[in-house]
Amino acid sequence: MTTVDIGMPDAPTPIDAAIARSLEQHGPKLTELKGKDLKTDQEVRWCPGCGDYVILNAVQSFLPSLGIAREDMVIVSGIGCSSRFPYYMNTYGMHSIHGRAPAIATGLAAARPDLSVWVVTGDGDALSIGGNHLIHALRRNVDMTILLFNNRIYGLTKGQYSPTSEVGKVTKSTPMGSLDHPFNPVSLAIGADATFVGRAMDSDRKGLTDVLRQAAEHKGTSLVEIYQNCNIFNDGAFELLKDPATGPMWTIPLRHGEPLVFGPDGASCVVRDDFGGLRVAETNQVDAGEIVVHDATRQDPSYAFALSRLSTQDLRYTPMGVFRKVEKPSYEAMMAEQLHEARLQGPGDLDALLAGGDTWTVD
Amino acid sequence: MTGTNPTVAPSGPNGAPASPVPTSAPGGLVKSVVELDRVVIRLAGDSGDGMQLTGNRFTSETASFGNDLKTLPNFPAEIRAPTGTLPGVSSFQLQFADHDVMTPGDAPDVLVAMNPAALKANLAELPGGGLLILDSDEFTPRNLAKVGYATNPLEDGSLEGWQTVSVPLTSMTLDALADSGLGKKEAERSKNMFTLGLLSWMYHRPTEGTVRFLERQFRRKPEIAAANIAAFRAGYNYGETTEAFAVSYEIKPAPMKPGRYRNISGNQALALGLVAAGQRSGLPVFLGAYPITPASDILHELSRHKAFGVRTFQAEDEIAGIGAALGASFGGALGVTTTSGPGVALKAETIGLAVMTELPLVIVDVQRGGPSTGLPTKTEQSDLLQAMFGRNGEAPVPVIAPRSPGDCFDAAVEAARIALAYRTPVMLLSDGYLANGAEPWAIPDADSLPDLSGAVGFATEPNGEDGEFLPYLRDPETLARAWAIPGTAGMQHRIGGLEKADRTGNISYDPANHDFMTRTRQAKVDGIAATIPPTDVDDPDGDARVAVIGWGSTYGPIGAAARRIRSSGRKVAQIHLRHINPFPADLGEVLARYDRVICPEMNLGQLALLLRARYLVDVQSHTQVRGLPFRAAELAAVIQDAIDTVQPAAVTSAAVNGAPQ
Ligand SMILES: Cc1ncc(C[n+]2csc(CCOP(=O)(O)OP(=O)(O)O)c2C)c(N)n1
Ligand code: SF4
Ligand SMILES: [Mg+2]
Repeated sequence: MTTVDIGMPDAPTPIDAAIARSLEQHGPKLTELKGKDLKTDQEVRWCPGCGDYVILNAVQSFLPSLGIAREDMVIVSGIGCSSRFPYYMNTYGMHSIHGRAPAIATGLAAARPDLSVWVVTGDGDALSIGGNHLIHALRRNVDMTILLFNNRIYGLTKGQYSPTSEVGKVTKSTPMGSLDHPFNPVSLAIGADATFVGRAMDSDRKGLTDVLRQAAEHKGTSLVEIYQNCNIFNDGAFELLKDPATGPMWTIPLRHGEPLVFGPDGASCVVRDDFGGLRVAETNQVDAGEIVVHDATRQDPSYAFALSRLSTQDLRYTPMGVFRKVEKPSYEAMMAEQLHEARLQGPGDLDALLAGGDTWTVD
Repeated sequence: MTGTNPTVAPSGPNGAPASPVPTSAPGGLVKSVVELDRVVIRLAGDSGDGMQLTGNRFTSETASFGNDLKTLPNFPAEIRAPTGTLPGVSSFQLQFADHDVMTPGDAPDVLVAMNPAALKANLAELPGGGLLILDSDEFTPRNLAKVGYATNPLEDGSLEGWQTVSVPLTSMTLDALADSGLGKKEAERSKNMFTLGLLSWMYHRPTEGTVRFLERQFRRKPEIAAANIAAFRAGYNYGETTEAFAVSYEIKPAPMKPGRYRNISGNQALALGLVAAGQRSGLPVFLGAYPITPASDILHELSRHKAFGVRTFQAEDEIAGIGAALGASFGGALGVTTTSGPGVALKAETIGLAVMTELPLVIVDVQRGGPSTGLPTKTEQSDLLQAMFGRNGEAPVPVIAPRSPGDCFDAAVEAARIALAYRTPVMLLSDGYLANGAEPWAIPDADSLPDLSGAVGFATEPNGEDGEFLPYLRDPETLARAWAIPGTAGMQHRIGGLEKADRTGNISYDPANHDFMTRTRQAKVDGIAATIPPTDVDDPDGDARVAVIGWGSTYGPIGAAARRIRSSGRKVAQIHLRHINPFPADLGEVLARYDRVICPEMNLGQLALLLRARYLVDVQSHTQVRGLPFRAAELAAVIQDAIDTVQPAAVTSAAVNGAPQ
């Protein structure tokens, strides 16, 4: 019988027992999956042409390669178009409430370190109503992977501007243009000292898969910002980066260990700037040695932060790939370790606990 | 005049006069011992004077001596309000007796005031003739001016109505610690232990426990431990040798059921109840909480019990606290969140999610004065309707409430039982008075506690006709849905806040399905009534015509009032509710038996509203929101009025006041 170490003293818990019973019925865990094994019988209800479909397909075809059984994966989402995601995945899932998925997933991951926990959220869900939970999940470094579908709009509520919308955005709620400045989700995550931060494009299957795989394999909280096109309320939001004519000019691909050179014929590059910052330069104007070699594993978040600041709100000079990937103990593992340590003094004795310190006896 | 200071009017058990028994103290001083049946002491001082610690120590000594007791800590929300001011006064009242007591006492027999502010804030509640012990060192012009005393009450004759003993507590403490090597400021801090020593002498309290406690508490600062112990002993010896106190008092142990006892506060009991629920269900306990008065001590206590597999998570806010707890429940843990009223407001949406996803969850609300931040350290029962209805949609949640500090243990186990067996969030309503108050508690045998393992039953096999898993297929008896946890092969499913289709749990916007599911969720909660005991009615002769109904912490004051009523020859029934949602199945019938039903509450009539709506009974609401528990005498007067109106002929002439509580 396999026991899941969920941190209980001696005897297997009902959790262990349930899992053991199901293994008896099903035989060993099925870890060799095909994409279709992850599909559900639920009709997918996003608008035709929505970027969410592309992401769903990418996730369904890449997940089997992780070798994790379906029953050991849990996807927790908030509210929004993107948050419908769990219904279409044949794993365990919870479509929760607006903004709270990181908190719910934190409890699940902390109580069940044996599971592979995923969060699917949107730009409004994660950065508006759920901003607090997001930054705290990131700083705690609970082992889970957060997929932030950023369409720079509120899709489900039919097109109000979001915390990632560009200043001056005209929407139903901002007929004269929005006034507030957008968050850069990657900057925000790095500011919260996230141990893994990446960014990918919905339509770039290869790039997306690569970032997702690294995120999934990372122990701790991973945040992946996925640019996602909402063809109904914010169509073409990422066209600058997707259009073969302009994309290469404005996209900075991040490849660990390689110099940050980009653009047609590698015409542009990234060099150091004042105060520890970075700036874009023309490759032929600088010494080869001045070009920054990408290193996602730097402990100090300043570099990854500086990278994230290269892009402007109109998406020029957008780095894509893994910004930061550093090792740090994960929260649930440390919690389990504390429980383990506490038990070294012997498992809890309920009678002794109830009696406490000073007692007296009445005959 | 039971309980009043007997050097003025000596009295023995049950008010019978007792003659002082002279004893000889060292130095040839002749002292007498008077037997009392009960005493109410209030210790009052500055927040920095350590009154809560002193009170707790006196309580422990008293508990281990075998008296029954109840305590009422009363302290400001500010950690340290400006020294010597009225807002900075902190007090601790306890009643202890040779019989069972139900309240910390309406008014003190003895008031210890450590400074002018403490005197000013509390004197009005000390009945005439009561014993007043003052620290004369603190009655300086500056301290007097701070609280607006134009003249010194120690000298202006204004304390003549009380039996005032003014003692230089501070300087005597300093004298006792002259050789301790401590500075003046540090040595002065031990004056509370000097006072405790004096009281311990006066009431013949055992002292070893306090000495052991001080040694343990200051084990890293042995010089501080030694100083406190020296001050404590000096206070004791002072009592023995001084002429200022000619009498000491004996309060015999109270008869209690055989067994092993300890002293316990409500928050402690609640935390232990949650640990016990985890052990008895086999599930790991997961607490998600955000600190808030007066609930934080449950988080503190549970965080110490990791050896029991208890995980505690201090979240970024209340929403994350309950979210994490619900996430843990989804994973098969016993999810718990603890908070006070403002936190419940924040948790409302997630409670709704728990109702919809039908997962077990225990929500503890240690109520305090509201609305908004209200009175953080004071007690109130004003979250009942929030617990019942404070969510969007039809979102029924079982509600239960403990009646005393020790009962918080059983209430926690019961909350877990309901949550697990019915797969539902359960609201447990404690309050500030129960949380911080303490009483002797008969330590239960772990094996005798309810076995909750049968309530768990994780689903591991498909339950549908076509070999599929139907997460919303229900147990025909409890209506609880099938609960399969992640990690169980072949049972993958998705749940969430959108309306669920019956059986499959798929998203459904179908009108008939929504109507059906809404009624089913309600029926599930209503059905809990089948597994709860009948209404708890205390009607000794069974022929009372007036009933008093309460819930939660008013149990003690109502019980004490009922005793007064009965000792005056009148009849009254006491009905007490542990389960408020659902009510016990026979409650309507029980209420109908009485001509008059009175409902005292520390809110503006929330239970009364529910009873009136549910049973069409003309409940007479009696309410108070002073941040303090009811006084038994006041409730007795209300009950007496009702009885005498309903049944004028049957009245006996005895007054209700002054009868034993
Ligand atoms: C408490 C609460 N407030 C508001 C809403 C309404 N609401 C649902 S989704 C949403 C915004 C979603 O935007 P985003 O997270 O960007 O998701 P998208 O639909 O764009 O994928 C809002 C405001 C809600 N469901 N709950
Ligand atoms: S509204 Fe936009 S984000 Fe939502 S489903 Fe439609 S296209 Fe996708
Ligand atoms: Mg969006």
